[in-house]
Amino acid sequence: MAGTEDIIICEDVHKWFGDFHVLRGVNLTVRRGEVVVICGPSGSGKSTFIRTINRLETHQRGRIIVDGIELTDDVRNIAAIRSEIGMVFQQFNLFPHLTVLQNITLAPVWVRRWPKEKAERIARELLERVGIPEQADKYPAQLSGGQQQRVAIARALAMQPKIMLFDEPTSALDPEMIKEVLDVMRDLARSGMTMIVVTHEMGFAKEVADRIFFFADGNIVEGGTPEEFFSNPKEERTRRFLSQILTH
Amino acid sequence: MAVSRTLEPPQVRMGPGEWVRKNLLSPWYNALLTIAGLWFLYEVGRGLAVWALTQARWDVITHNIRLFLVGQFPPDQVQRVWLGLLLSSLLFGLSGGLWSGTMRQFAHALGLAFFVLAFLPASWVTRGWLIGNLAAILLGYGVGAWGRGSPRCGRALRYATIGGWLLFFLVLILLLSGFSGSRVLPRVEASLWGGLLLTFLLSLVSIILSFPLGVLLALGRRSVLPIVRLFSILYIELIRGVPLVTVLFMADIMLPLFLPEGLRIDRIVRAMAGFTLFSAAYVAENVRGGLQAIPEGQIEAARALGLNGLQTTLLIVLPQALRLVVPANVGQFISLFKDTSLVAIMGLLELLGIGKAVLANPAYMGLQREVYLFVAVVYGVFSYAMSYASRRLEIALGVGER
Repeated sequence: MAGTEDIIICEDVHKWFGDFHVLRGVNLTVRRGEVVVICGPSGSGKSTFIRTINRLETHQRGRIIVDGIELTDDVRNIAAIRSEIGMVFQQFNLFPHLTVLQNITLAPVWVRRWPKEKAERIARELLERVGIPEQADKYPAQLSGGQQQRVAIARALAMQPKIMLFDEPTSALDPEMIKEVLDVMRDLARSGMTMIVVTHEMGFAKEVADRIFFFADGNIVEGGTPEEFFSNPKEERTRRFLSQILTH
Repeated sequence: MAVSRTLEPPQVRMGPGEWVRKNLLSPWYNALLTIAGLWFLYEVGRGLAVWALTQARWDVITHNIRLFLVGQFPPDQVQRVWLGLLLSSLLFGLSGGLWSGTMRQFAHALGLAFFVLAFLPASWVTRGWLIGNLAAILLGYGVGAWGRGSPRCGRALRYATIGGWLLFFLVLILLLSGFSGSRVLPRVEASLWGGLLLTFLLSLVSIILSFPLGVLLALGRRSVLPIVRLFSILYIELIRGVPLVTVLFMADIMLPLFLPEGLRIDRIVRAMAGFTLFSAAYVAENVRGGLQAIPEGQIEAARALGLNGLQTTLLIVLPQALRLVVPANVGQFISLFKDTSLVAIMGLLELLGIGKAVLANPAYMGLQREVYLFVAVVYGVFSYAMSYASRRLEIALGVGER
């Protein structure tokens, strides 16, 4: 599935929150069409790391190049990159004052300058794709958590991004709703989307990921294909983490 | 396994007798309190009714009604005030016909008020104007209701009505002040405007101007630009640290000293500026409270979608923040409406000021109760209308929340 061309290149990425060294020289390259899963203990900096890729967090050292554009303070670069990267959050972050359809069409209309009719047609197609076409005119608060997260995925896809970032997309969901969100993500992965997913859903990782990385103390400890990673982890920390979440 | 059935919720039915027994008469000390309360209400109510119907001299109001309503506006020019009122009636009628909900209720209330007032003893000219206003509401309502039914004209009519409201205040001010040298609309010095007319003008202009100014100050206080932030903080804290009377005093006495020779700003405009600048600081703090209640995740989601800072503020943050602060802001505007009585220190006679002026007339000595009660009722009616509109607005804006 994965192509040969590098779409995300992170070299020696560092970040500090005050005196706290969150990211300690992360190196990661993602090819077009590749699905990368990042797991690791909470507080290890994995969320912060994927948020640097669309510059919700700024990195203070190193280089991040997305689709040939280096992330700098240049506002035009940031705008260009953000419209190419979709992001799905742990807390959904839907806009509560807008209907589902308005949530999805907002960015295409205001950023891509699509006519309203085109944006709505594509929004309805996306709702069909995530399995909730009948919810278009409801407000987010009227939906279940799983439905809200699927709307959030549709909202991100409406911008027709080249890359999708998922920041613990199922961590805030009740167990019976996790599957419906993972199903949508699985379909998305099969369609050839480049994805970086921070998650603890190891079943999903085994099945869908091209590569999986273990993150601890602000850096990648080890990683590889799911077969290598799960059957033969090299580092003691990885083994301990895996035994904790797999037996649990 | 037992199939669980859906059951109806238990019905609690209570007859009026049972309700009274349960809420007012048991246990015994509640019965005593109820009786004491009823006796108190009866005594006060009876005293008030007897006084209002047999002893009170309401002629102090009826003889001076023109003063109470428009102050010293020249009597031969009063038709200009009526014309302004006629315009607002037309707009209220149009809005009531076009939109259901609060606007329609206001149109109904206004129409009913004109209808009732037309039966009161008054000159035929006055009665004619009242009936004209009623006709204007009905006409507007009819046109609006027709426009609501036709999708093509409806949209145009809606925009025209909103535009009409925006233009209305400008037209009203021009209509009232007139032009020097004109024969149709001779100039009426603003110092002659008074009574309820002045109360309305001061509060409406200040409310309409202080709202956007307050929103800008609130955004400025959270700006990343240090100079903008510093200016906003200084302004807000300075104004909030000073009583309104002082602000008005400054606007009246100090401002002219700083202005260049020959540039004179009308006293009423100075008062409006004082109220606007004062109210804006309070609106700003209300709005800041709303802005802080918006979770960071909302802004992150907007930025991640590629919206720029301005779009994020206008499309995501402000719509949510402003609806949170509707009650606080309407509270601020109601208190602004009542605070307009403070312009008395600038020598302007609004509703309360006119009341005092009337009482200074030896013919009406000792009639404080009648005058102040009348003034209180007028303030009460309009304050209640505002708080009613605010509650309706909250319900209308609360769609989809919780």
